[in-house]
Amino acid sequence: MKKANCMRRSIIPTAALWVAVAVAVLASPAAAQYEYIDINKPFLRKIPMAIQECVPLNDQPIVQENLLQTTQQLTDMLNFTGYFQMLDREAFLVDPLKPAVKAADINFANWTTIGAELLITGGMAKSGEMIDLEFRLFDTFSGKQLVGKRYNGKMTDLRSIIRRFCTEVVLQLTGNRGVFGSKIAFVSTGSGSKELYLCDFDGFNPEKFTAHKSISIFPAWSSDGKWLAYTTYANNKPDIFIRQVNGNGRVVIDKKGTNMTPAWAPGRFELAASLSVSGDQEIYLLTGKGKIIKRITRNWAADLSPTWSPDGKKIAFVSSRSGSPQIYVQELDSGRVERVTFEGNYNTQPKWSPVGNRIVYTGTTFETGLSDIFLIDMEDLEPVRLTGDAGNNESPDWSPDGSLIVFSSTREGPSRLYVMTTYGTDQRRLLSLPGEQSNPGWSPDLSNY
Amino acid sequence: MMRKKQWIFLALVLIVPAMLFTVSCQKQTVKTEEPMAEPAAEEPAAVEEKEEAVEVTSDASLAADEAALMAARNMFLNEHIYFAFDKYNLDDVAQEVLMRKADFLRAMADIYITIEGHCDERGTNEYNLALGDRRAESAKSFLVDMGIEAYRISTVSYGEERPLCTEQTEECWAKNRRDQFVIN
Repeated sequence: MKKANCMRRSIIPTAALWVAVAVAVLASPAAAQYEYIDINKPFLRKIPMAIQECVPLNDQPIVQENLLQTTQQLTDMLNFTGYFQMLDREAFLVDPLKPAVKAADINFANWTTIGAELLITGGMAKSGEMIDLEFRLFDTFSGKQLVGKRYNGKMTDLRSIIRRFCTEVVLQLTGNRGVFGSKIAFVSTGSGSKELYLCDFDGFNPEKFTAHKSISIFPAWSSDGKWLAYTTYANNKPDIFIRQVNGNGRVVIDKKGTNMTPAWAPGRFELAASLSVSGDQEIYLLTGKGKIIKRITRNWAADLSPTWSPDGKKIAFVSSRSGSPQIYVQELDSGRVERVTFEGNYNTQPKWSPVGNRIVYTGTTFETGLSDIFLIDMEDLEPVRLTGDAGNNESPDWSPDGSLIVFSSTREGPSRLYVMTTYGTDQRRLLSLPGEQSNPGWSPDLSNY
Repeated sequence: MMRKKQWIFLALVLIVPAMLFTVSCQKQTVKTEEPMAEPAAEEPAAVEEKEEAVEVTSDASLAADEAALMAARNMFLNEHIYFAFDKYNLDDVAQEVLMRKADFLRAMADIYITIEGHCDERGTNEYNLALGDRRAESAKSFLVDMGIEAYRISTVSYGEERPLCTEQTEECWAKNRRDQFVIN
């Protein structure tokens, strides 16, 4: 798989280069071997995509509403990635009575004329509660079918079927499974106390995960997606609970003092967390069963909010050792520590990209108390602000493919969850729920588990 | 008997200074009560009332103790100490309040307490939780230095999770940056 090397700090020339490469790639017969979307710079130019309205697969009658629903869900899910510019269906040059779905029948000129570079066609049949679905992805310039899939299941499986096809599309175009198989854990006050909830990657199907009737915060997914660690006052003081997501497994870390900000190590059943058992907040490495393996920080100041580098060799964390909260990186083997934030006097909530050497964090302005999301590259340590002039923006976390960032914001009054690309573009609300939402934690890809 | 002596001491240490602060309020109350006392003096049935009054006085000394206890207890529970933004050091006022808390804890040798550390809403939950921990711990250290047994004092941080005041003003934020004291 060819991956264009990320040319940092030269966005414009790189973009121009990328467009040229993309055109060449699209025109080449071996297109499918190359990536259509450079996952390092995916949002500089959105790929124009046309999604034709789903057609009936056979002569069995099917209500128009089901076809429209399927088309719309497919469009919304792919749109969520931020990779595509969805073309208006009104502009399509197709015969509504004879829409073509297979390469042999499609007049690709109709699609290239309106600017579409990618085309998806779909068909659907419904018999009682059972459905059959067929989806195809085409490169409109080469006329080649890039993905073709047939699914059957129950009508209630519609969303998960569409999710699977979207995963195929994004896998084909980026070489990465994308976000469709992930979930987001978050805190909501809807029930009157802070409880943890889970929802699909796009905010659908929110469900309550805890019922402590207390304060439950800071959800963290294990890297296999099977466990959630969080801080809760269920026993009247801040302890870390570790719970199996689908099962009854449960571990409690209830050392004396404040037990908080758990963060799972990549690929291991181990976690880093901040405990004040020694008298002040220090970061420890613990087993998934809650046993201390070793102490990582040793400093008079508060050390908290650990987050792992993707190779598991370093952690970034917050420390007040300079007098104000700043972000530091520590190499676990050598113990070498480097400060990475220098601008502003209140930088907290670091989250290391699951796919790269970048950290997203919250920078707060002392005087106003207003917070914004920043992204910092470990190579140059130049922070880039991703949010601004829109309330308090806090608690960023990465999608498992590193392409999107979920965060909380008070831009519409109460704290709610929003999603944006790693360029700060396409900022939109994730979901609507009673109460206030905060502390989102994005899961790994769960679709294999 | 020890207890009683301690109570008198406590009353002197805690209640008297507290009354000094509330003098201006009390003056007004006295004035409104004066006219009420006059018709009572004209009441003819004085004998029966005297008998009752005797009983009342013996109850009253107990009640006074009880009231002193309640007052000292309420003061302990309701008098918070306050911090500057992102700080956990104890200023002069906080130290004075803590000295009164130490007196109370010395007098009440059998009670255990929890110090809750709180923060204002600015900044982020995680850091505020750590900051609240430090605020509670610095008050505990002070009390231990004053001779209070460490095992009698627990601490818990609530970070920014339990504000007393929810407006977004400095006045309100200042009220939230506090240690609160709870008797277990």
